[in-house]
Amino acid sequence: MFATFFHRAVLTAISLLFGCTGEIITEKSGNLNLGVPGVMCVGGISGFTGAFLYEFFWSTPETANWFLAIMIPLIFCLLGSLIMGLIYSFLTTTLRANQNVTGLALTILGAGLSDFLGGYLVKQTNSGGAFVSISLSSKYYMATLPFANDLGWFGEMFLSYGFLAYVAIIIAVIAAIFLKRTRTGLNLRAVGENPATADANGINVIKYKYFATCIGCMISGLGGLFYVMNKASGVWSSDNLEPLGWLAVALVIFTVWKPNLAIPGAIIFGGLSILSYHISANNAISLPLEAKPLLEMTPYIVTVVVLIFNSLRKKRESQPPEALGLAYFREDR
Amino acid sequence: MTIMKKHKSERDPLFHVVRRTDISFGKAMLIRVLAVLAALVLCGIIIVLITGENPFEMYKYMFDGSFKTPRKFWAMLQDLALLLCVALALTPAFKMRFWNIGGEGQVLMGGLGALITMKLLGDDGAHLPHAVILPLTILAAIVFGAIWGVIPAIFKAFWNTNETLFTLMMNYIAIQIVLYFQFIWSGGSNTIPIVNAGRETSTYAGWLRLPAEIDPSFTGSTVVPSSSGFLLNIIIVAVLTVAVFFYLRNSKQGYEISVVGESENTARYIGINVKKVIIRTMIISGILCGIAGLLIVAGTDHTIDTNSARGYGFTAILVSWLAKFNPFYMILTSFLIVFLQKGSIELASKTNNIINSNFAEVLIAIIIFFIIGCEFFINYKIMFNPRKKRKEAEA
Repeated sequence: MFATFFHRAVLTAISLLFGCTGEIITEKSGNLNLGVPGVMCVGGISGFTGAFLYEFFWSTPETANWFLAIMIPLIFCLLGSLIMGLIYSFLTTTLRANQNVTGLALTILGAGLSDFLGGYLVKQTNSGGAFVSISLSSKYYMATLPFANDLGWFGEMFLSYGFLAYVAIIIAVIAAIFLKRTRTGLNLRAVGENPATADANGINVIKYKYFATCIGCMISGLGGLFYVMNKASGVWSSDNLEPLGWLAVALVIFTVWKPNLAIPGAIIFGGLSILSYHISANNAISLPLEAKPLLEMTPYIVTVVVLIFNSLRKKRESQPPEALGLAYFREDR
Repeated sequence: MTIMKKHKSERDPLFHVVRRTDISFGKAMLIRVLAVLAALVLCGIIIVLITGENPFEMYKYMFDGSFKTPRKFWAMLQDLALLLCVALALTPAFKMRFWNIGGEGQVLMGGLGALITMKLLGDDGAHLPHAVILPLTILAAIVFGAIWGVIPAIFKAFWNTNETLFTLMMNYIAIQIVLYFQFIWSGGSNTIPIVNAGRETSTYAGWLRLPAEIDPSFTGSTVVPSSSGFLLNIIIVAVLTVAVFFYLRNSKQGYEISVVGESENTARYIGINVKKVIIRTMIISGILCGIAGLLIVAGTDHTIDTNSARGYGFTAILVSWLAKFNPFYMILTSFLIVFLQKGSIELASKTNNIINSNFAEVLIAIIIFFIIGCEFFINYKIMFNPRKKRKEAEA
């Protein structure tokens, strides 16, 4: 029973973890990218489009192979997210546009584009159905580790996920080590804290901002891909992806900009967001309908409390990057 | 070898960028218009690639979305007024560099305040007369909106809590609160029925509307008034636009807001109480958002759901920013956005949903990117370095 709940929570958590890790790296460079929900939508729909093209146009069930079925959506997803990252970086870093406005416009673009393309692709199949499923790719994406079904609760809790879930955790751990232990990570943090000082030390601020934002966006985009392939089992629906993206932004605050804390944090948020559904589905307690929104409110309230708590405590390690949200122009110093 | 390499990297670049403040208004406007035109051309190309049809035909359909019939025109004005109202609400905070992205939540809470009063005091509850309910409805909307706005402001003022993230979270808390009321007041259907209407003896208590002698289209017997039935909303927003313009430009408080926005240290130095200004401005911002909620719930919808704010809390940020925080320009920018939204809905029906109505968001985003991008050329000047000088530096 708990194992099932944990399994479901992790399925939501992995998308959050991707989104959150990507956004932490981006924010560490001083770019507050509010376009993460849009990036996740684009990551999801690009991967979906790749899989769709492969399954319906570029191969037949006989010729399809697992390698391409995994790689094509993955590459599409990374490319789509990269383009979003480049748009954001170009506007905010090169053209020094306002980050909040650019980010929100990016979210509008991503959500609109994914809804639009999703509807458009359904029309292309001529099946007349209301949805289209990329069953082949999602089958490979959902393939679990061996022994997942033989080891009882242990298998269900830890082995029963597609490979992207483990990738998410590995990326989060690497990101944590990178930010804390490497020279490049230190430079990146310097750019986010005080770009003028970093610049004076010979760090190429613009390059760091570009790379951090683009890599961050590519990681966030994978969250969208995981959602489409694993959570939604290859059926496109964009309704849940945008709220998930905002939850990932909340998670960044909750985990005080630390990717290693994002792993348990994402599972907690994932658990909270499916709790009401899980309780009513299992009839453990007869939950009144109106309790659902009250439960789903908790991640946001917890985030607000963490935000307030951190600003009251004024502990240096748990503050947002000092220059978060500010454009940098060398000649303004 | 190393010396040569170093030398090469120190070569003068092709151009450098300097800030400029002296650009004339006409020239700045010209750059913006060119950017919008460039964006429209790009959008046209995209539309042609997708549909393979004449782009001018498509733009004509988009035009029809707002202007084809008087009813469409009034519906467009109605949405324009609501979007403008939210943008007006956010503007004082933005001028103070307080990034209030919680408009969505503040509008929803204002609307919820109005709905609760109408529901509890109206025909479903205490049966009070219209003249008593209406002021209380207005008051409730304003208070709810102000509370939702002032909470992040207090924390910002005293403990410097990040307001962007705080207000963002408040949106989702508000959405869930509205969902809660949707569940308890819908009787299982998930939509709250129109308040104070639909019965033989209905009084329409708490509804914002013009008296029947001024607005003959609204007789009180129809739930959905005809074309000009929402005129009151438009009048209220027009008055607010003028009020906010003069508040920001001519009042002492407006001056304080712009000083705090320019530099908090300067503000402190000349004796402005920065904490007070932050809190007061966010109360005003919240009140105006509450009024937007009031116009939506008491003015048009007479019910509420999580989409009642129509995403305007976010869109209004773009409206306000694109207009450089000037209330009168905001009329234009909100028209641009509403026009695109209405146009895309029309386009969707004309192209048999090959282009669905979500396409508006793509068009809006592209146009915004172009406008955001062109601001660079207004604020900065690109100076090409003379070629001779570069040669000298290379030598």
